[in-house]
Amino acid sequence: MVKRRSSIQWNKYLIAGLCMTGLVVFLAVLGIFWTPYSTTAMSVSERFEAPSLRHLFGTDNYGRDIFSRVMEGMGTTILIGTLVVALSGASGILIGALTGYFGGIVDEVVMRIVDAINGFPSILLALVVISVMGTGQRNLVISLSIVFMPSFIRIVRSEFIRLRDADYISRARLMGVGRLRILFVHILPNIFSTFWVSVMIGFNNAILAESGMSYLGIGVQPPQASLGKMLSDAQGYLTSAPWYALAPGLTIVWIVLGFSLLSEGIRRAGK
Amino acid sequence: MKYLGKKIITLIMTLFVVSAAAFIAFQIIPGDVVTSILGTEATPEREAQLREELGLNDPPAVRYFRWIGGVLQGDLGVSYRYAKNMNEMMPVAELIGDKLPVTLSLAAISLVLIIVVAIPLGVLWARSRNKVLDAALGVITQVSMAIPSFFLGILVTYLFGMVLKCFAPGNYVSYEKDPGGFLFYLLFPALAIAIPKIAMTARFLRNSMLTELKADYVRTARSKGCSERRVMYGHVLRNAMMPVITFLGMIIAEIVAGSIVVEQVFSLPGIGRLLISSISTRDLPVVEILILYITFVVIFVYFLVDILYRVVDPRISSK
Repeated sequence: MVKRRSSIQWNKYLIAGLCMTGLVVFLAVLGIFWTPYSTTAMSVSERFEAPSLRHLFGTDNYGRDIFSRVMEGMGTTILIGTLVVALSGASGILIGALTGYFGGIVDEVVMRIVDAINGFPSILLALVVISVMGTGQRNLVISLSIVFMPSFIRIVRSEFIRLRDADYISRARLMGVGRLRILFVHILPNIFSTFWVSVMIGFNNAILAESGMSYLGIGVQPPQASLGKMLSDAQGYLTSAPWYALAPGLTIVWIVLGFSLLSEGIRRAGK
Repeated sequence: MKYLGKKIITLIMTLFVVSAAAFIAFQIIPGDVVTSILGTEATPEREAQLREELGLNDPPAVRYFRWIGGVLQGDLGVSYRYAKNMNEMMPVAELIGDKLPVTLSLAAISLVLIIVVAIPLGVLWARSRNKVLDAALGVITQVSMAIPSFFLGILVTYLFGMVLKCFAPGNYVSYEKDPGGFLFYLLFPALAIAIPKIAMTARFLRNSMLTELKADYVRTARSKGCSERRVMYGHVLRNAMMPVITFLGMIIAEIVAGSIVVEQVFSLPGIGRLLISSISTRDLPVVEILILYITFVVIFVYFLVDILYRVVDPRISSK
């Protein structure tokens, strides 16, 4: 086996994306263990304080430190995004690999369903699943995973179709390599560059859907912090404390932008 | 024609499958309707009576066909939550009726905004030889695609409503009272829906045009003496618009979904708000109909785009 050299093609998208997402992940992980202030400590005397060195993002209507709450909300958002991508990505690989490699009637049926779901606006579909299963974090993750699974199935499937007739695969088959080994040892590693891009895009869509649903009050339920919920709380104080809405909103933009730059960077580096 | 017939059959079958799926989904929902209407302290006789009135004792297939038959005849069932008066529950049709124009107008204004802004912008971008403009448009569109519509709605409210005072947020004007004021008020939520889609469409059109510009026919057109204008608009743009039409079709579904969220931000009494409040209060007949309604619209739009695509590009049907 030839050892691969790990020479990454650096480009400005990759660097900018890594810096932005790195900061987000760092703050979110830090937020699990430590926040500058307690996320629940209220203080009447410190209501609606504008951003300052003491309170980086200011304080909210209960005098709570917004920066600390954003850190906690980021954690929730990233956790949900990761769970959704992991769940839908893993099942996407499994179903996409099998249908793509073997084809046949099962493939036909699965693709019809995938097409039907894929054409659909994701938030609407998530709403349907949520209204059937009820609200809550676990149901949110399940519903978003169902919503995003088809796009993974489609990408993995098309890659497997592309590679199943490649020369090295026919040779492996001739040498008597087992089917499962061909699927997951010979083909799978070769689709990762494409797969990672769709993971990033899926992650972004999951974050947008999660924050949208939490904003509507049917996503993450209080007392758990969530950027979307913070935004909807902040909307009422837009005149007196615009920073309250800006902080969680810009954080969402930052996260989404970071991951889309990262996916663009990976795509270009893979070329 | 054969193609059209085939497409229509597929359309009808899809609608059937979707409505059946929606019906089944709402059958397996945990929680009893009768208990949710009457509360837990109703007598068993009253519960049995209501169960009979609502037709819950029939087999599922019968209930499906009664439901879908009613829907086709305009009888959308009655809400579990909204009362019309003391004795009657509100029919879903009436509940939706006056909310539909709001959502439809919002979607229409958004779509017009997208087309009117994105297409010239995309053409301008593809033609620009100016590196600064090119980079600036790249950054602006990248950022605007990352803003979720509800945050954009809040930003629009803040900027246009509170800083520039162009409109009064929360002071929704009914279309029955003042159609002009109504459309003006909708312009701002439409902006919140449209901006990310404008960015996407402009980017898409630009890339599509840049690809087309490299095609052989462009060189042919130039060498036979076509003016640059004619090459650009008569040849390149026409071909580059093909994928954009499909893209716009997909965006319509996104606009409908976007309006669900944005209606909430601007307190618009449209079907999006009704959907969210019905999900929260578990008013299932309303949710069921709204989901069915939106799904039908989306599927129908895809159908139209498919047809339109063939009209615009005759090459496809010859394949």
